[in-house]
Amino acid sequence: MSVVFKKTEGLTDKQTHYCPGCTHGIIHRLVGEVLEELGVLGETVGVAPVGCSVLAYDYFNCDMHEAAHGRAPAVATGIKRILPKNVVFTYQGDGDLASIGTAEIIHAAHRSEKFTTIFVNNAIYGMTGGQMAPTTLIGQKATTAPLGRDAATTGMPLKMSEMLATIDGAVFVERVSVHNVPNIRKAKKAIKKAFEIQLEGKGFGIVEVLSTCPTNWGLTPVESLQWLEENMLPYYPLGNFRTPEEGK
Amino acid sequence: MAKVLMKGNEAIGAAAIKAGCKYFFGYPITPQNELPEFMSKELPKVEGVFVQAESEVAAINMIYGGAGTGARVMTSSSSPGMALKQEGISYIAGAELPCVIVNISRGGPGLGGIQPSQADYFMSTRGGGNGDYRHLVYAPATIQEAVDLTIEAFNVADYYRNPVLILADGMTGQMMEPVEFNEPTKRDLPAKDWATTGTKGKRKPNIINSLALDPAELEKHNWRLDAKYKDMEKKEVRHEMYQMDDAEVVFVAYGTTSRIVKNAVDALREEGIKAGLIRPITLWPFPMKAFTDIPESAKAIISVEMSTGQMVDDVKIANEGRLPVHFYGRPGGMIPSPEEIMKNAKEILGGVK
Repeated sequence: MSVVFKKTEGLTDKQTHYCPGCTHGIIHRLVGEVLEELGVLGETVGVAPVGCSVLAYDYFNCDMHEAAHGRAPAVATGIKRILPKNVVFTYQGDGDLASIGTAEIIHAAHRSEKFTTIFVNNAIYGMTGGQMAPTTLIGQKATTAPLGRDAATTGMPLKMSEMLATIDGAVFVERVSVHNVPNIRKAKKAIKKAFEIQLEGKGFGIVEVLSTCPTNWGLTPVESLQWLEENMLPYYPLGNFRTPEEGK
Repeated sequence: MAKVLMKGNEAIGAAAIKAGCKYFFGYPITPQNELPEFMSKELPKVEGVFVQAESEVAAINMIYGGAGTGARVMTSSSSPGMALKQEGISYIAGAELPCVIVNISRGGPGLGGIQPSQADYFMSTRGGGNGDYRHLVYAPATIQEAVDLTIEAFNVADYYRNPVLILADGMTGQMMEPVEFNEPTKRDLPAKDWATTGTKGKRKPNIINSLALDPAELEKHNWRLDAKYKDMEKKEVRHEMYQMDDAEVVFVAYGTTSRIVKNAVDALREEGIKAGLIRPITLWPFPMKAFTDIPESAKAIISVEMSTGQMVDDVKIANEGRLPVHFYGRPGGMIPSPEEIMKNAKEILGGVK
């Protein structure tokens, strides 16, 4: 009997702690599959974040280094500058990357650090209990925006990919989503491309992945996927914002 | 090796390279700028890497990642910048990684000034970051000692898998003295089999981490760290006793201040007043035992610091109430003169008698 589907070698056997319906598991799997397919698991050092995916170091089947809130790009810089031949990636949520760690991600991109960032945007702080993130949509309720986010006092949701795409050193910037199968396939393609760019030594690459948070959005897993499609996609358009020209 | 005339900041950089440090991550702040400038010039010559980070916070986290690879890494800063680095130092101590951090301190609080000060004693010796942790603090008094202790610091950091701080002030950083580069004390250093360098498919993944959500597990980790710190307290304490055999007045001073106090001690003795000096070289662990070695002749202790009084707390703990403990300090970047220290000692001796 031939095996048609199995767990990727890129992930450990450890059971994840994510809430039912959360798409972190899908994104983990995509990163794991890509690292396995590229044959680089033995050379990879991942930098785990703070937030919901704080325990990511237990799930990826490669060397892992925990970072403080927002500091993953600085930690990854230290690793990659000393081990330029290794594959280095950061895995960060929107609170981690778009709020407390904005300086670190912008300057890592600005220096064109040769590592890959997986940026999981679910428009809310998950682990701390549903507070407003810089990425929370206007009108979206959060525990620190009980009446819904108000642009007049909190600003508009931060579009990190668009912002990073203005930086010369960010050679690959793409926003993808994992709310349905065709988009999951596109997400994997973008993640693979970002790692390939790192292997080619071209510079900094980031993939923003739109993700769900059924628990803090107060929706079922299926409703969450619909909410993402109906509310997040119009404000956070999918697509490639920056890619290195072929042959350069 | 022949002596060379070097500025303190540059000499510390040269000592780090001599110790095998090839990676420096830092951010400019006065009065330590010659150190990163030196590293940016010299490290490429040894196939090393210099990165000017976007902030002190980023720099210390680059050190955190860099130390995780098992390489010898260093950062430097000055007081307000060191305040920003405390988060990273706590993580590095929690994850048990070796690195060397240099603080060429200046006056505070806040932006303070740029003149030499010793007001970072609490931040340096009490664990400025969160949680139960300690790290060695070397306080060199001369540039030669700064060089020797910097070289030693990398070995000590590797031996304990712990950050080590060199605490000097702007005076030591900015002045020039002749130095020579000596070999470090030999230590049997443990293999860095914990480093995150890629599994190469030959071992289980290494994880560098300071998170333990289970309080029972975290308590165990804390007690294990504590045992390591206790070991440092036993083995790594350094101090100098100067003119202490028959001292009546015992000064306690470190770094730049200790040099001024030595002059005051000599001048007091010329006047027939028996003065002596206990000079802590490690501020943590503090040289407690030196205080049980104080001779019967002693009548008073004076802690002299370029601050409003921080080390004096440790002096009182070490003294255990045996002798009256006084404090003389000049904060804000003011440097005390031997004359004012002598005057203060005479007043105290007058009162003691």
